Amino acid sequence: MINSIANYFNKQSSAAPLAVFRMFFGFLMFISLVRFWSKGWIESLYIEPSFHFSYYGFEWVKPVGLYTYAFFIICGISAFFVAIGYKYRLSILIFFLSFTYIELMDKTTYLNHYYFVSLVSFIMLFIPCNAMFSIDAISIRKSYKTVPKWTIDSLKLMLGIVYFYAGITKINSDWLLNAMPLKLWLKSKYDLPFIGHTLMQQEWFHFFMSWGGMFYDISIPFLLLFRKTRSIAFVLVVAFHITTRVLFPIGMFPYIMILSTIIFFDSNVHYKIIHFTIKILEFFKMKTDNLKLSFSQVNHYKVWNTSLLIIVVFMTIQIIIPLRSLLYPGELFWNEQGYRFSWRVMLMEKKGNSVFKIVNSKTNSFFYVNNDDFLTPVQQKQMSFQPDMILEYGHYLGNHFKSQGHQNVAVFVESYVSLNGRLSQQFIDPSANLMELKDSFKHKFWIKPLNDEIKGF
Amino acid sequence: MNIKKTSCIYLLIAFLIALSCSDSSDSNENVVDNFDRQTILENVTDNIILPAFDDFNPKIAQLKESITQFSISTTLANLETVQELWVDAYKSWQHLEMFNIAKAEELYFLQKMNTYPTSVSRIENNINTNNYNLDSNNNNWSAQGFPALDYLLFGLADTNSETLIFYQNDENLAYLNYLQAVASQMLQVTDMVHQDWILIRDVFVTSSENSATSSLNMLTNDFIYYFEKGLRTNKFGIPAGVFSGNNTRAANVEAYYNSTISKTLALEAIEAVEGFFIGQTYNSTSTGESLKSYLDYMTDNTTLSSTVLMKFSDSKLLINTLDDNFVNQIVLNNELMIDVFNKLQEGVVLLKTDMLSVLSISVDYIDADGD
Repeated sequence: MINSIANYFNKQSSAAPLAVFRMFFGFLMFISLVRFWSKGWIESLYIEPSFHFSYYGFEWVKPVGLYTYAFFIICGISAFFVAIGYKYRLSILIFFLSFTYIELMDKTTYLNHYYFVSLVSFIMLFIPCNAMFSIDAISIRKSYKTVPKWTIDSLKLMLGIVYFYAGITKINSDWLLNAMPLKLWLKSKYDLPFIGHTLMQQEWFHFFMSWGGMFYDISIPFLLLFRKTRSIAFVLVVAFHITTRVLFPIGMFPYIMILSTIIFFDSNVHYKIIHFTIKILEFFKMKTDNLKLSFSQVNHYKVWNTSLLIIVVFMTIQIIIPLRSLLYPGELFWNEQGYRFSWRVMLMEKKGNSVFKIVNSKTNSFFYVNNDDFLTPVQQKQMSFQPDMILEYGHYLGNHFKSQGHQNVAVFVESYVSLNGRLSQQFIDPSANLMELKDSFKHKFWIKPLNDEIKGF
Repeated sequence: MNIKKTSCIYLLIAFLIALSCSDSSDSNENVVDNFDRQTILENVTDNIILPAFDDFNPKIAQLKESITQFSISTTLANLETVQELWVDAYKSWQHLEMFNIAKAEELYFLQKMNTYPTSVSRIENNINTNNYNLDSNNNNWSAQGFPALDYLLFGLADTNSETLIFYQNDENLAYLNYLQAVASQMLQVTDMVHQDWILIRDVFVTSSENSATSSLNMLTNDFIYYFEKGLRTNKFGIPAGVFSGNNTRAANVEAYYNSTISKTLALEAIEAVEGFFIGQTYNSTSTGESLKSYLDYMTDNTTLSSTVLMKFSDSKLLINTLDDNFVNQIVLNNELMIDVFNKLQEGVVLLKTDMLSVLSISVDYIDADGD
């Protein structure tokens, strides 16, 4: 047993998959950042808002005015350097730090796929993605034909965890028995040509997509793993992600997933991609002699044992973190305790309306807050149905009005939320003074329970 | 087992489970989307917006004409005619304020017509310096429109005869001129917005897709915005002091100087809101396709739409218990004003969370990725 584990970690495998992964990842990240900038989102999401929602323990991470652009520039350049494999270790470190900093600046913009990017770039810190087909390999005149097999498998495992948990979390009564929220979302796609008025309105189709999505997510890591099913699995990956791209505004995520899953293929596929890339470079009259030369070398890359240890610990944590929601009582979709960082994607159509009331607890005089004065529309939308954000904003308001000279400030919220087509109901205990509550990892007893039960994960 | 077999079995299982789970009592198993959203736009445009403008535009023209008459001959009868026409037009306006779309948005129609409380100091300053531009999109919004006329017709003196004496005084000729300038401006902007609606009608009604810039989404967003800000906040919340620490703000009542009509205006507004929601033809009882019928189609029942309608009628009941004059009401018993505010807030919740969820219409100006 121990021997076979040791054997596994000593196994070598072609370095080509890592090189291709690095190239695609870097370029996609570069494009993502340029796209983000060109849509004006740096301005509207990070510079315009006067208040930012922080992650627990990361309150010190804030946008820094116009310097925020510098983070995006640094992040973009490092992504490009990762793509071409130039000073790879430093570039991926800078990319990981700057990208993660950007994501930590405001909770409002949390997306599972941004989290995925941070995790992948963390793994890439410890594996030799520049071993071949990189500027680094050319400049040290040493290219590696093989790398330890586990370095490639760590990326496969990460993708597997994402898909598998995304599938497992779909096993709930809303998703499978009521086709919610897909029923709402698909019906509203009536404006799609040909299928909008027909297919998108069929009840069986809503169920088909819900069940199909669940089976797809759970099985795709295994289908990709076995050679026999790999090709059809990849066809499914492309079809699935293109479908989601057409139906939902999910940005670059489909492309990231499609290109990432290529890592599951054998090295000959990756060599083909590398040779094709060289042809493109030659088409643009670039000298590729040095790149080609590097393939003739036969070197085996050795990775530090510390790196291996870090990756093993990291992967174990990744398997545990999505399960933490099991520790909390109450309805997960409603309370959202342990909802983030657990690959729960597209499971909820949740909208809220939260009105804050500032009360002088001595005189009982009060006034309502106009949220437009403090938050952008995007922030209001997200805050309205997420308890930790409601609490954080409540504290911000309380402190703001205290500093304006208001006395005995107590903050209450009249909050109503509708979840997956249910009629809205009161969300936060309206008699709870938010100023007396502290955010923590403990159960938030001040959330009123959902008048319904969602069975499953 | 080969690949094709495996995947076929998967698909088969998924399909079978899906079929067995869908409620078999549902008769409409082969639903085709036969709800044509364009019919909502056609009904709203042809039976609400355009008729409301057809009604409003001549009323503003008459108002302007009567002001011209009054400036030629400052008689009590002429003053009273102006005042009556002002009330009439102001009521009609309540049916248009929510349509802050296209030309109206571009020209700041709503801000120019009904920014209240009006700024007496700015009006007086404009009159004294005789140097003003009501058209520039600056802070002159609070010195024109219905609220400015409110001040000039009812706020200069306590009684009509005193007001008349004021205008008959040659030293106050500048006030007469300003009265005319305000009326001209109102007519001019109204004409432009009205003409534009006639012009864009055909394009407007075809834009029924589900996107941030489609007519349907903009109408829905504007409707909710009006319900929350124009109706709930401006007519009740701010005057009742719910945004200012229980310090009531009677001067913020709509039509403050002639506040006996404040309840009438509020009731017109909620009628307009209800009429839009159920697709009721302007000044008629016949109804057509609307947000209500769309909601009913999407939810397969009338639970949500009737809950919304109940909030509207509850709000109306509460408003009807108020004094005709909201200024008096605030002084006598402000709690009742707050009750209306709270009831309207319940409506806001239903429209903003339940309705937008069911219709999958995204809130204005939100542009970001999801996952």
